Amino acid sequence: MPIEYMTATRETYEKLGYPPYKWVANDELPPFKPLSKPLSKCRLGLVASGGIYVTGQVAFHYKDDTSFRSIPKDVKKSDLRATHFAYDLTDARNDPNVVFPIDTLRGLVSEGVIGELADHAYTFMGGIYSSRRVREELVPAITDRLLEEKVDAVLFVPV
Amino acid sequence: MSSALDVIKSVNPPRTVFLDFPLGHTTGKPNEPSLQHDILIQALDAFKTLKSPGEVMKLSHKWDEHDSWLEGDTLAGDVRQQRFETPQYQVEEDRKRVEGGI
Repeated sequence: MPIEYMTATRETYEKLGYPPYKWVANDELPPFKPLSKPLSKCRLGLVASGGIYVTGQVAFHYKDDTSFRSIPKDVKKSDLRATHFAYDLTDARNDPNVVFPIDTLRGLVSEGVIGELADHAYTFMGGIYSSRRVREELVPAITDRLLEEKVDAVLFVPV
Repeated sequence: MSSALDVIKSVNPPRTVFLDFPLGHTTGKPNEPSLQHDILIQALDAFKTLKSPGEVMKLSHKWDEHDSWLEGDTLAGDVRQQRFETPQYQVEEDRKRVEGGI
């Protein structure tokens, strides 16, 4: 049985005396569009919420940071960093591919499984406690960038 | 992709691939490129195989043989750090690079 994170969070919040966490609940059918061509012909975007930045960039802060970082597709793995207030960063710092699979995707492009990667991947730090700000600020800003880079599909890797 | 099935069912994205690994390992284990490769190959296949809105595909990979990480109180205590409002660098050198404009 997978872990019930919502139940666990509810219980933790109750114990700590916090008001209940308001999970996003979308009851309507989500938008859905099939790929228009095989993945081997697609330009794929990568968006990840694990708090990845590149050395030289400003790191994320831990309180409702709705900013995002733009990471060149040819970034060196050794230049990647991870920062986040709410998950164990040990493995992500050891090998960022566990939450930001850039080496894996570059390999799949070489193999011809994916056509190509968008010029940049986009990263942010989840744990933004306002779903409205995510919906109204962060998501449209990243979506604009992805559309500018003419992606055919996007892989979203949350933590 | 996601490692939190109940959250995904609530958020209801267009298509999801679920990997039952501990949080912080959405696309695999560290320094195991062949596992990471296998996970992504299967995940990306969902673009082809998932055909209806909101569908979830579950990967069969196990974190450990007997799923022992799922036993016990995996969320015991509050692991969250203080919500600092200043940038939280992984290493001090990164801060110097930004603040020193190097």
